[in-house]
Amino acid sequence: MKSMNKTLLSAAMAVALTSTAAHADLSNDKVKIGVLADMGGVYADICGKGCVTAVEMAVEDFGGTVLGKPIEVVSADDQNKPDVGSAIVRKWIENEEVDVINGLVASSVTGAVTEVTTNAKKIAMIAASASDAFTTKSCSPYNAHWTYNVTALANGTVKPMVQGGKKKWFFITADYGFGHALEGIATKVIEEEGGEVVGAVRAPLGTTDFSSYILQVQASGAEVVGLANAGADFVNSLKTAAEFGLTDMMDVAGLLVFTPNAQALDPAIAGGMLATTGFYWDRDDESRAWSARFKERHGAIPAMPHAGAYSATMHYLNAVKATGTDDSDTVMKHMKANNPDDFFAKNATLRSDGRMVHDMYLIKIKKGSERTSPDDIFAIQSVIPGNEAFAPILPECDFK
Amino acid sequence: MKISKLYIGLLGVALVAPFVMYPVLLMKILCFALFACAFNLLLGFVGLLSFGHAVFLGTGGYVTGYLMMNTGLTPELGILGGTVAAALLGAIYGKLSVKREGIYFAMVTLALAQLMFFVFLQAPFTGGEDGMQGIPRGYLFGLIDLSDNLNMYYFVLAVFLFGFWLINRTVHSPFGQVLKAIRENEPRATSLGYNVNDYKWVAFIISAALSGLAGSTKTLVFQLASLTDVHWHMSGEVVLMTLLGGMGTIFGPLVGAAAVVGLQNFLSGGELGNYVHIIMGLIFIVCVLAFRGGIVGEIQKIVKRNFG
Amino acid sequence: MATFLGINLFGLFGQLLVGLINGSFYALLSLGLAIIFGLLKIINFAQGAIYMLGAFGAYLGLQYLGIGYWAALIVVPLVVGLLGILMERFLIRPIANEDHLYSLLLTFGVALVLQGLFTHMFGSSGLSYAIPDALKGGTKLPFMYLPSYRAWIIIASLTVCFATWWMIEKTKLGAYLRAGTENAALMQAFGINVPLMVTLTFGFGVALAGFAGVMAAPVYSVSPDMGSSILIVVFAIVVIGGMGSIGGAIITGLGMGIVEGLTKYFYPEASNTVIFLVMVIVLLIKPAGLFGKEA
Repeated sequence: MKSMNKTLLSAAMAVALTSTAAHADLSNDKVKIGVLADMGGVYADICGKGCVTAVEMAVEDFGGTVLGKPIEVVSADDQNKPDVGSAIVRKWIENEEVDVINGLVASSVTGAVTEVTTNAKKIAMIAASASDAFTTKSCSPYNAHWTYNVTALANGTVKPMVQGGKKKWFFITADYGFGHALEGIATKVIEEEGGEVVGAVRAPLGTTDFSSYILQVQASGAEVVGLANAGADFVNSLKTAAEFGLTDMMDVAGLLVFTPNAQALDPAIAGGMLATTGFYWDRDDESRAWSARFKERHGAIPAMPHAGAYSATMHYLNAVKATGTDDSDTVMKHMKANNPDDFFAKNATLRSDGRMVHDMYLIKIKKGSERTSPDDIFAIQSVIPGNEAFAPILPECDFK
Repeated sequence: MKISKLYIGLLGVALVAPFVMYPVLLMKILCFALFACAFNLLLGFVGLLSFGHAVFLGTGGYVTGYLMMNTGLTPELGILGGTVAAALLGAIYGKLSVKREGIYFAMVTLALAQLMFFVFLQAPFTGGEDGMQGIPRGYLFGLIDLSDNLNMYYFVLAVFLFGFWLINRTVHSPFGQVLKAIRENEPRATSLGYNVNDYKWVAFIISAALSGLAGSTKTLVFQLASLTDVHWHMSGEVVLMTLLGGMGTIFGPLVGAAAVVGLQNFLSGGELGNYVHIIMGLIFIVCVLAFRGGIVGEIQKIVKRNFG
Repeated sequence: MATFLGINLFGLFGQLLVGLINGSFYALLSLGLAIIFGLLKIINFAQGAIYMLGAFGAYLGLQYLGIGYWAALIVVPLVVGLLGILMERFLIRPIANEDHLYSLLLTFGVALVLQGLFTHMFGSSGLSYAIPDALKGGTKLPFMYLPSYRAWIIIASLTVCFATWWMIEKTKLGAYLRAGTENAALMQAFGINVPLMVTLTFGFGVALAGFAGVMAAPVYSVSPDMGSSILIVVFAIVVIGGMGSIGGAIITGLGMGIVEGLTKYFYPEASNTVIFLVMVIVLLIKPAGLFGKEA
């Protein structure tokens, strides 16, 4: 294993050297990265300023220049609105010489943005979105979906629970694209494993009061309630579930739990819950070292999209360096041919459909008594190999 | 004489602008300017504050988007379809709301708009929170490729000028004179034998149709229709544009739209993004407290005082 | 389980009770709005932002000053009311004689500023505030589990609502208030300081929203957006009840909570919209609202 890595490395270095020696072919004599994220909305803690910080860290660690030319980072707030996000990206590409997009959190925004990037033949490195659409029904040769997606969440969390005997499920679903996708895939997994979905309720995005939905769950006779939502919706629905005594009656499965959300919850409520994540800071020395640097700059431990944004940026810059160009087709080809390998991406590969497949982790949220510090929130239960977590490539998305 | 020189000058600026500034930003300004002008027809010239006008912007956008994606119509027909849909909705909503006055009118329009918001959120063809994405710009009259930003810009400019001209004509027609009479003194207009509600209704329909035209055009520019355009915050934004520019003036909404869109564009990049709401709120407060005439209104006052 | 015509009655009762709890918040908030509008003819679009301020007040008080929940129930409304007084004195009074639409636009601006400031300072993913120890746990009813805090919400807000109604409609102070807004000049001639009375009334209406905010902090997540989402619903309630009708606002607030609860049972997706549908219907049939007097 070690020796293979070494060979790969030296091969990459050889390519890099020859390319650098040759002519550097960079548009506008620079590489410009546009980070689009939610700076003040419900996903701000998940991929907002933290994603910008992560990308900036990657650029600095890379040395600030590539092929002797500067690397610039610009960022903007998409306010979780597809129209705002796509307008900014259009402006970046058409008017401000941006070469690649990073960040991208709300699935609705990512959908609109990848429409623009694909038309303009620019690469979108999707660090934080959950929907699987960007490598399935709206797949594109210019998408690279990092970090995680709904399939990995459903396979990671739902499958072991059904196999463990929890057969009857009820869903509280965020009523928009991401929630529907998550519920749909989780339902498929449950049915494949011989379980059944006894009901589902669609709660509007940003619902303040979940109590009536919780009552419906109680009346349903389910064994598990799956929370197919994220961010503030997840926190609020779980709090209400605990208040109405639901957590004593049945299991609650949070399908998408980010570290800041878990930190915001009372350990008495969230402790013991299973979830799937693409990254956890306290995994090994490598992840702890990076996370400590990140925390110093950002003020909080990284959520998985932060680590993903860093990893994606590094992989992109390495590809630019190796190929000697920022031409999207060439860079993408190289990114897919060479596996990312860093503190985030373990046993990873960027597939031809743009899906970055890597190790995922099944975690358990620690109870209050198990925590040694405020940042000590997850305990990794098992490693889920990438090919078990993610769905196979669709023929129509196989961009060679 | 003076006025026509001003118009020619502005037109000249508009024609060369896309070579100096980013065309998509200019198009956005023009679309919102048309929307604000249409809104101003009601607020500034009839005295009706609609707090749900975004519904017409959004309806135009969604209908045009649907037509462009599913029927293969040319863009001008797609836009026409969106405009007609907004006009029809305006006819229904106007009929229901113009009998009310002041705050009640504002609240009824808000409530009616929320009902359509629900429709657009739930209807399968709109894409819900994701919006309608990847709408083609198409070929104007089947000939001119609008995916080119410059072509698109001149088309949007033409649409805007048409709308602007129509509003001007309406305001200066005998019909417009009656509207002003209603604004100034409604009981007197009634006693003069005018059916006040019918006049308001027609003005409402024109305003809705032109708002729909603005929304349809905007959808083509951004190739996207989304819930933002039907949200009540958008209704608030158009009030801000009109108030800032100067309600009841011809150029006010144009100036206000340019200022607000320009400000958002300026703030959207970088560190200041967080301050968008704070600054917009402060503008509201300052406008209401210190200069209710808006930018154009205050300039007119100064001009009148010094040169009148 | 008890069913009637295929409807799960226990489920339905649960939803009605939950609706009543939400309705208690609506009642508190719309009462504040109705007082301000009824007595001052001011549309306070900032009421939602002030509700948010109340919740943040409770949160910040606990974090930085060690003020617990029970103290916050008193302190926060006072502080928020004071802010309201300043707002009335320096922002609203200068335009008191202009068209009422201007006060709507002004307070809309204030709401944007407040929401923007708190988003800037605290982000918008929401902060959590624990339920006070005395109200943890709950009671098992035949048809549902009723958390104690939710029961407390109903009791506390109904008490406050009724006390306010009684004060305005049945006491001498209330009579002064009502007369002062009908004919300010006459009251002034009787030696009553009308501007002061107006300012205090505004402060009180705003303090009610602050109170609602403290009540909400333990059950809803404390976030800068919490006001803007509830605001237009509360507006609709005031309009349905008849603008300025104190009793109307209370009854409609509770009623609409129940209507919303029913909708959540039968057609959850429409629960955010049903109130607007009711509003349109009511205004078409009875333009002044259910309890309003025809102008």
